[in-house]
Amino acid sequence: MANFVVSGTPHVRSKESIQSIMRDVIIALVPASVMGIYFFGVRALMIIVAAVASAVFFEWLYQKIMKKPVTINDLSAVVTGLLLAMNLPVATPIWVPIVGSAFAIIIAKQLFGGLGQNFINPALAGRAFLVASYPTEMTSWTSAGNFGADAVAVATPLAQLKGGVIPDASFTDVLVGNIGGCIGETCAVALIIGGIYLIAKHVISWKVPVIYIATVFVLTAAIGRNGLRVPTYELFTGGLMLGAFFMATDYASSPVTAKGQVIFALGCGLITTLIRIFGGYPEGVSYSILIMNLCVPLIERFTEPTIFGALPKVKEAKKA
Amino acid sequence: MQALTFKRGVHPPDGKALSAEQPIQVVLPKENSELFYPMSQHIGAPCEPLVAIGDHVKVGQKIAESPAFLSSPIFASVSGEVVDIRPMLVPGGTMVKSIVVKNDGKMEEIEGLNQGRDYTTMTNDEILAAIKGAGVVGLGGAGFPTHVKLNPPKDNPIDYILINAAECEPYLTCDYRLMVEEPERIIKGLQIMLKLHPNAKGVIGIEENKPKAIEIMTKACEGIDNIVVQPLVTKFPQGSEKHLISAITKREVKSGALPASAGCIVDNVDTVVAIERAICKGRPLMRRIVTVSGQGIKNPGNYKIRIGMTLRDLVDAIGGFKEDNPPVKLIAGGPMMGPSLYTLDVASVKTTSGLLCFTKEEAYIPEEKNCIRCGKCVDHCPMGLMPFLLNACALKGDGEAFVAHHGLDCIECGSCSYECPAKRHLAQSIRAVKKVEAGKKAAAAAAARAKAEAEAKAKAEKN
Repeated sequence: MANFVVSGTPHVRSKESIQSIMRDVIIALVPASVMGIYFFGVRALMIIVAAVASAVFFEWLYQKIMKKPVTINDLSAVVTGLLLAMNLPVATPIWVPIVGSAFAIIIAKQLFGGLGQNFINPALAGRAFLVASYPTEMTSWTSAGNFGADAVAVATPLAQLKGGVIPDASFTDVLVGNIGGCIGETCAVALIIGGIYLIAKHVISWKVPVIYIATVFVLTAAIGRNGLRVPTYELFTGGLMLGAFFMATDYASSPVTAKGQVIFALGCGLITTLIRIFGGYPEGVSYSILIMNLCVPLIERFTEPTIFGALPKVKEAKKA
Repeated sequence: MQALTFKRGVHPPDGKALSAEQPIQVVLPKENSELFYPMSQHIGAPCEPLVAIGDHVKVGQKIAESPAFLSSPIFASVSGEVVDIRPMLVPGGTMVKSIVVKNDGKMEEIEGLNQGRDYTTMTNDEILAAIKGAGVVGLGGAGFPTHVKLNPPKDNPIDYILINAAECEPYLTCDYRLMVEEPERIIKGLQIMLKLHPNAKGVIGIEENKPKAIEIMTKACEGIDNIVVQPLVTKFPQGSEKHLISAITKREVKSGALPASAGCIVDNVDTVVAIERAICKGRPLMRRIVTVSGQGIKNPGNYKIRIGMTLRDLVDAIGGFKEDNPPVKLIAGGPMMGPSLYTLDVASVKTTSGLLCFTKEEAYIPEEKNCIRCGKCVDHCPMGLMPFLLNACALKGDGEAFVAHHGLDCIECGSCSYECPAKRHLAQSIRAVKKVEAGKKAAAAAAARAKAEAEAKAKAEKN
């Protein structure tokens, strides 16, 4: 009994780990993935697998080449790959998710220092890179449930709104995801269930998703586009649910302070609305989050919490 | 009554079941064992020995003191011969000059001991002198001399005397046992304190995970109109002085200020019992209650020990470690804030509240990973700091930014490290930089004082 372990306090630690948090995010994405595969067919599954496997592979490869400890078992690369797949149209060629994962993992994440050091959301950076480089492959929308030989090219509800017509999809279809769009973004109900799971597990705070979605609701209801004020369609179609619950809440690229999160979410909502209504794209979720990612250091600088005992507060206690 | 609390904080598993229902047992040092009395067991000036090698000392004999106001004398807790005066390891990890007494096992008491007095007939100055004379210091951990605490500057009227019975550290149960077994002494001690501050209200703050203590203490203070029991939400660090005040009075002690500035005096349960013993029983501080717990000890429990016993003697006296699952880590105090020990050859001091013997599973130290900026440390920091940022400042060696982000306000409770999913050593790195920066600040203040004095002197000479 000669040698006792000596370490700094505290000597007890919570059970939560990076791996358990990432596992919770993956669990939360399961409903949306399943619905995506259900509506878009087995090809959606292939794209998800390609994106996840390549994301893990590129993380492993980079860390091997750079002689760094391999951290793929923290599951963060799985989350990045999965989120990227969620953001791709099902008809996209199979090399697209692989190129996207390479960009997300190597350029956006590892070159800046790896986990926790990326200043923008890697999956969204990957998507933005793909949209800019391969616009045709990234915008070939097919209707849900019709993939294969008889695949029909359709306009997404948001594109229809952009064009000044009320989407032809019924509200029920919009909620369950029976519409055109990216693999993981169409089923609003599944995404909300996943989001509630993350909030209940204290993985994310309710602030960012709720304020983000509420901002978009209020602004689109107030401004409308082309004279159409259909905020319900604005909320439940496109990438808003996916972005609000899973992208804007990315730890590394969103503020840590409570006040900062409020400002960040308001900014995301505002920019999303501005792009949708006044921009060239029908959808603005990805770019709004990426732009707000860049503002995070500034937001944090101005929202440092007030410390305990900073101000003289001598109030008489009501009961003691 | 509704349970009160402060903002933020954490909920570590409490581990108290191991020792909570073990009644306090008296452990006396063995004959011929050596007891160590370090000269500094409190905040303030260290004591100087009043005895020399070869002297015979008796139980209750004052063996060291200091003329300084902020200090506290030290008493022999056994009778025997002073065999040495040499540096000895204390739980904080430093070597401190200590008087070594070889116990002759006779427990001969010095004359004049056990002269209890009726506090109601004493003047306030007499009470304070008796408390100082008995060597009473804060037994919760910091060791602030109690007579100084009870005598705040006159411009700080005291509205509350709070008894810190939160015992928010996991595993520790010594305060709980005192409340269950000796409630009337706690009340008596509190009444003595209230005599010094007659306009103050006495509040005993107990966490809700100790319902029996709440019940017993509530019963004990029935009919006393200036003492109440206040249940508190079970949350760490509820027993932090500033957070106890915040929970009960809704007042905030300003950064760098003492509780008296918010009209409060906070003392730990065992301290209050020590006051009662000093005044009513005429016995100086020679004993304390220590919780010995953890999976690595055979007989976890609460033990009344003679201060000065080595922890090795204590462990041997209560049956030793488990042979089949011996501890790999020893902690003096609770697992959130207690320092770990590399040996059992450590003197117990006035502030030793616990000894935890953690087995391999309990002592598991997870690997440190990248900060993922999840913000959980910020969400849980009871001081409203940004620990991940302070950790980055510490690793970069940027002391200036550390101070600018209020690093010196950290109370080192460890809530950030507890919550961190990346298992970063947040509290540890912050504590290290805090020491350096606090030292720099003190040096700068001393230099400024010296300069001002020199200038004043030069000016005086000129005139």
